[in-house]
Amino acid sequence: MRLERREHRPLLLLIGAPIAAIVAALALSGILIAIAGAPVFDAYRRILIGAFGSRLSATETLTRATPLILTGLAAAVAFRARLWNIGAEGQFYLGAIAVAAFGSKLLADLPGPILIPLLLVIGAIAGMALILVPLWLRLRFSVDEVVTSLLMNFIAVLFVSMLIDGVLKDPLAFGWPQSQPVADHATLPKLIARSRLHIGLAIAIVLAVVVYLVQSRTVFGLQSRAAGLNPQGALFMGVPLGRTLVKVACLSGGLAGLAGAIEVMGIKGYVTTDLSPGYGYAGIVVAMLANLNPIGVVLAALFTAIMFVGADGMSRSLGIPTYIADVTVALALLTMLVALFFTQFRIRR
Amino acid sequence: MSVVFDILASAGLWAAILRIATPLIFGTLGALLCERAGVLNLGIEGIMTFGAMIGWLAVFHGADLWTGVLVAAISGALFGVLHSLLTVTLGLSQHVSGLGVTLFASSFSYYVFRLVVPVAGTPPTVMPFQPIDIPALSSLPFIGPAFFTQTAPTYLAIVVALIMAYIIFRTPVGLAIRMTGENPHAAEAQGVNPMKVRYGAVIVGSALMAVGGAFLTLSAFNSFFPTMVQGRGWICIALVVFASWRPGRALFGALLFAFFDAFQLRLQTVVEGVPYQIFLMTPYILSIFALALMARRARVPQALMQPYRRGER
Repeated sequence: MRLERREHRPLLLLIGAPIAAIVAALALSGILIAIAGAPVFDAYRRILIGAFGSRLSATETLTRATPLILTGLAAAVAFRARLWNIGAEGQFYLGAIAVAAFGSKLLADLPGPILIPLLLVIGAIAGMALILVPLWLRLRFSVDEVVTSLLMNFIAVLFVSMLIDGVLKDPLAFGWPQSQPVADHATLPKLIARSRLHIGLAIAIVLAVVVYLVQSRTVFGLQSRAAGLNPQGALFMGVPLGRTLVKVACLSGGLAGLAGAIEVMGIKGYVTTDLSPGYGYAGIVVAMLANLNPIGVVLAALFTAIMFVGADGMSRSLGIPTYIADVTVALALLTMLVALFFTQFRIRR
Repeated sequence: MSVVFDILASAGLWAAILRIATPLIFGTLGALLCERAGVLNLGIEGIMTFGAMIGWLAVFHGADLWTGVLVAAISGALFGVLHSLLTVTLGLSQHVSGLGVTLFASSFSYYVFRLVVPVAGTPPTVMPFQPIDIPALSSLPFIGPAFFTQTAPTYLAIVVALIMAYIIFRTPVGLAIRMTGENPHAAEAQGVNPMKVRYGAVIVGSALMAVGGAFLTLSAFNSFFPTMVQGRGWICIALVVFASWRPGRALFGALLFAFFDAFQLRLQTVVEGVPYQIFLMTPYILSIFALALMARRARVPQALMQPYRRGER
């Protein structure tokens, strides 16, 4: 038995592979649910009800999908250029804390229509700043950015923890370490009244389309793809490799920073160290599930959000740990990797 | 200055160094073995988490401590099989597969843990490994409490480092591993099966990572809690580079790292006015410095991260 590259890839296979991967992941977690002694189909039915069963839960799922779209895009643009930015979690927190710093005092006197876009830009810049460190280490010292960007996550969260326990601490929070809240007129408008769903979702979806257009229609998009597929070849073709990677990094870090900014301005209003339940890491899965396609990222983020929001409800009624959502999403990543492999290769005897 | 001297002169510091270094030694050796054969194993963080959980769980359910360690090793080996399937058999991106293994292994650990131990006020505990009393040595003044009050797995870690150095540099198996990591095509021409070597290295390496995790719950602490591995796996990956892929230097690197960590922990309690987060950041900052310092100089296995497919270049 050996593996052989496919010469052409049937359309049916390209569409079927991701679906098969999701089904396989759900089946594997189904085994874990069954081992825990709960009815599998009932559990999945409850997950769907939990995610879409009411107006409240549906808006909650979309709210949860918003940061996932942005961190998913952050990973997708970087991975496409083989820039392994695993630091979206840290960039998310830095974007969040930057917004809290500027939106609570320094710029709080500006009127809303100026303040809101300005804060979003500041959040994105904070995210960019953080990823430039691992990128600089890679370009200057040829250090693999996977480990450095991962380690930066721990540093960033500790840095945020230091600020919200120090200069940015909210004196009205009963000693609880949380940042001062951003000004009321800096909060994002709601998309749907009487829900938590805010305009961030629209921003995220527009950005997914923009990223798609940039990647498929611009020189930069071509250059970033070339840098990922074959760095030597790209260099030979006259692609400025370093400069392309810096641009990719800024885009990636900016998206992750923006995710943090939007989460603060759209929902919480202030920063704590549990602002993100791992949105940065989940973004990696979202990007891989979408096979790095920006439009696919929106769908993959929705799937992930359904699992997370739905599992909350299911867990309460069936007593299955909510971690089943994390397990399913991680399994989906692994099965998707295998499924994508078999769109490129086939087994020959 | 006298503060620094007081810390250095306390036996507690030196005992802590060996204790802090132990999981790092196991993890670094495991990652090193994988990479020597040409496979980057970013599953380490999750495998350590799972090893910590399952080792603890086995002991919690009445197994003795060494059985717990063995169970952890077997679980690590199984994750090694998974990572090998993805990266060796299928030749998928080692970065992505490894991250996938980490995400799966850690969320799976939390799932199993929560299933067995529903949310409780204080996490249940087990009786961990006790320090071994070595006749004569343990009762020496200063030297005894500083270096000879460790638990058995710590001594095992040092022994494993020496054995691995011997195997990699002095045995035919080690030669096959190094050849596979440098040039799998040449290895195959010499009659070595690169696939088998990579499978073997990743499986054994992953087992060592899991043992490192189990040390956390069965010796350093006595209970399991989510996120307890705290990036130790990533630090091990950095230590492999710092060690230039040599087991002896890995041992040294882990001890050096643990020295700084133990030192900052004690400094935290005596220095006032500095936010504690600054101290907690130091291990991660140190790892990044170590990487920047060594990355250019280190001799990377030439075929690291390159999938091997027979008949393809």
